[in-house]
Amino acid sequence: MPFANLSVSDPAQLTDIRRMRRAKNHTRVSLAALAAGSLLLAGCSGSAQADGENATPQNGGVLNVAYDVDPTCLDGQQVGQNVTLNITRQITDSLTDQDPKTGEIKPWLAQSWDVSDDAKTFTFHLRDGVRFQDGTDFTSASVKENFEAIEDLGAKATIGQSYIDGLKSIETPDEQTVTFTFDRSNAQFLQATSTMNLGFYSSKTLDQTAEQRCTGADLVGTGPFALDKVEHNRAITLKRYDDYDWPSSLAGHEGPAHLDGIEFSIVPEASVRNGSLLSGQVDVDTSVQSQDEKTLEAQGLDIVSRANPGVVYNLVPKTTGAIASDKAVRKALVKGIDREQLKTVVSDHQAPATSVLAKSTPEYEDLSDVLAYDPDGAKKLLDDAGWKPGAGGIRAKDGKKLSTTLTYWQDAPFLELVQQQLRTIGFDLQLEKRTIAEVTALQAEGKEDFTFGNLTRSDADILRNYFGAKEQNANTREPGEIDKVLARTTETLDEGERKADFTEAAKLILDEGYSIPIVELTGIVGTGKNVHDFSFEASSRYQLYGTWLDGDQ
Amino acid sequence: MSLRCLVSRLVQGLLVLWIAFTLSFFLLYWLPGDPVITMLGAGGELQNFDPAEVARLRAEFHLDQPLIVQYLFALGDLLRLDLGTSIQAGTPVTEAIATALPSTLALAASALVIALIVGTAVAVAATLTRRPWLRDILAALPGLGVALPTFWVGLMLLQIFSFRLPLFPAVGTGSPAAIVLPAGTLALPLSAIIAQVLFRSLQNAWIQPFVTTFHASGYTRLRLLLRQALPVALLPTLTMGGVLFGQALAGSVVVENVFSRQGLGRLAQTAVTGQDIPLVQGIVLFAAAVFVLLNLLTDLSYPLLDPRLRAARLKPEKKDGDTLAEAAVREGGSPGTTPSSSTETAGARP
Repeated sequence: MPFANLSVSDPAQLTDIRRMRRAKNHTRVSLAALAAGSLLLAGCSGSAQADGENATPQNGGVLNVAYDVDPTCLDGQQVGQNVTLNITRQITDSLTDQDPKTGEIKPWLAQSWDVSDDAKTFTFHLRDGVRFQDGTDFTSASVKENFEAIEDLGAKATIGQSYIDGLKSIETPDEQTVTFTFDRSNAQFLQATSTMNLGFYSSKTLDQTAEQRCTGADLVGTGPFALDKVEHNRAITLKRYDDYDWPSSLAGHEGPAHLDGIEFSIVPEASVRNGSLLSGQVDVDTSVQSQDEKTLEAQGLDIVSRANPGVVYNLVPKTTGAIASDKAVRKALVKGIDREQLKTVVSDHQAPATSVLAKSTPEYEDLSDVLAYDPDGAKKLLDDAGWKPGAGGIRAKDGKKLSTTLTYWQDAPFLELVQQQLRTIGFDLQLEKRTIAEVTALQAEGKEDFTFGNLTRSDADILRNYFGAKEQNANTREPGEIDKVLARTTETLDEGERKADFTEAAKLILDEGYSIPIVELTGIVGTGKNVHDFSFEASSRYQLYGTWLDGDQ
Repeated sequence: MSLRCLVSRLVQGLLVLWIAFTLSFFLLYWLPGDPVITMLGAGGELQNFDPAEVARLRAEFHLDQPLIVQYLFALGDLLRLDLGTSIQAGTPVTEAIATALPSTLALAASALVIALIVGTAVAVAATLTRRPWLRDILAALPGLGVALPTFWVGLMLLQIFSFRLPLFPAVGTGSPAAIVLPAGTLALPLSAIIAQVLFRSLQNAWIQPFVTTFHASGYTRLRLLLRQALPVALLPTLTMGGVLFGQALAGSVVVENVFSRQGLGRLAQTAVTGQDIPLVQGIVLFAAAVFVLLNLLTDLSYPLLDPRLRAARLKPEKKDGDTLAEAAVREGGSPGTTPSSSTETAGARP
């Protein structure tokens, strides 16, 4: 979803940002002094009250979260939008969990697992005593029926489908064991089991039609919060599941969640979200505009952010396009963007791209040298390929102008700076912002030279999924060397080998100009002073099991 | 209104509904985009779609048929009063509208009440005052009220009465206090329209001979205005009922967005941006139906308010509750007792 929040369109504002950073450091110091002071006081009075993240969590209270858009469909097995998945993560659990710091896969509903050497067979040993929110038991049969339901959803579960591509059989020798067999190596499947797209619902939920599940009327999971009320365009309310006792091995505590409940209010207006957060009417603003960051930080409110792992915001050329078919053009675009300068127009919490993958992706490797700004190199490439400067500085070849129109729907004002930068190498990028419906339809037609977007996944397999000639084939290209390297990544679970292969693939992709990375997509969340341990899981969606509210609720 | 007249009105109403349905249908299909692709790509991030699955879904929504066939399908469903299912949310369209309706009704009703009070007060005060400067100011207010963007007014009210002074909640439909600011915001343009029309008709009524006559017989200005001129002047305002409703509905799109309220406006907005064709059509039809109904009710209520229309069928006899103006009309008085110069007068109606 549109999480790129940018506003500093004037380089002169840079100094402001620097000043702000300095000011921020000051506040930190004084806050620390305050915290120390209050600890001293606490020591004197003997009360347990304390500030800071290390304080003892309190139970109770409803967390008011302000969303910018309404999650039209609430079923996380069907939809890929962040607003839905942030809710799905609270109501369903997964077989495994992924450590957001290291990328390691850790036990959750599965206590342990065995993977065959060819990465075709995965056996999970399930935890005992797990129950759905309707009281029914979670067993290997639940796992099997959920995966079968995802297969039945067909195109409605695009993400889930891509994770279980080639699934041959699911066996359940006993209630606590489930074995998946694929007809080819599928190393990414282990990480996939940690995603909420493969979260679990009770049999009753699965009996419903896809449409009924979307409405959220009876979405019953095993998670720490249960769906309580869905009022479209107003609020989605969750309440604590009191019997919950099977958190991920990464969780900070046991038993039920700290919060009594969570209310996701839909507040489309950015200034209203900001005002509500500042006046304490909501606890969390999930989409802070960068012009509001200063105000929030000056008031002592926290801004938490984490870049979405996976493919960064990038231009994706289609090799079938009139201009994008020329490798020299694609490569010139990679060289022609000054990513350092983009920092001046994006949020303080957002970084320019340093690879096709975002830094938060486990298999990420810094390729910023490949992405170095080299306008002269770019011009030379275009000169050599026969694109000669023409009217208004825009190049042309055989009467064809080096010009294209990019349609996009994201909140991405940095594209205007990219447009300026590319103009200096003689490339004319026309920007056309449309509705999401129009852009998706245009992209499905596949007639455009370039598309713009990102793809979130906390595993570099997203490269294979996105760029692989046999998968999405975002470039509509013929199979080649890249696909051989990508195929290798499916065969091993060795993180070292996978990282090396994915880095090689990323280099090949950039070398062919199949991706023109721009900036990382980062969700910028503002939290009230009373909110503690608001955290992100590996794919940068919210994990609110450990979140708590302090003080007078 | 005779029975024949009523039937012809109903037929006309149905015709309006059919035209609204047809126009919105073709307009929506003429827009670029594909509802199935939009639904599948709901996440916004690029995904690949299995062409076979897409084809299956298109068939499910009859999207693979020629446009005219799709139209006939939709029309057939409509005749069976089946508005279909929202493509995005999966809920039946009727249910989606029924869920959103109460909140919008509450908003529109409160706004109309506020608008009637404020609008009437401004118009009456402007007519009554003997100070030209005050009259000029009051008469200029409606123009200002219409000119101020609802969006901006809403944000300002929130800034002052919710963020600075914690008097009203900024978000949600929960408490009764939550309706004050949005209703006030929506009432502003409505009251401006009411004040404008009412002021004109009051001025018109004010210069009629009967007013002078009554004035001469010792009525105070205020009593004369409220008892005699206002009922006469209210008629043209009543004819605005449909327009006011349309205004309230259009305004609710903005107001519901600014105040994060659930309702028809928000529903319409998300449906249009998500190209949820069945839902958009449902809302268009609903709005058209209410519009038609309101106009019908207005027509039916004329005889109750305008004695001339009643006089044709009723025996002229003076009742205690009648205003003197009505009596004057029935007793062969001048038709000039109504603001006949205005095009919205009841007299111009069939």
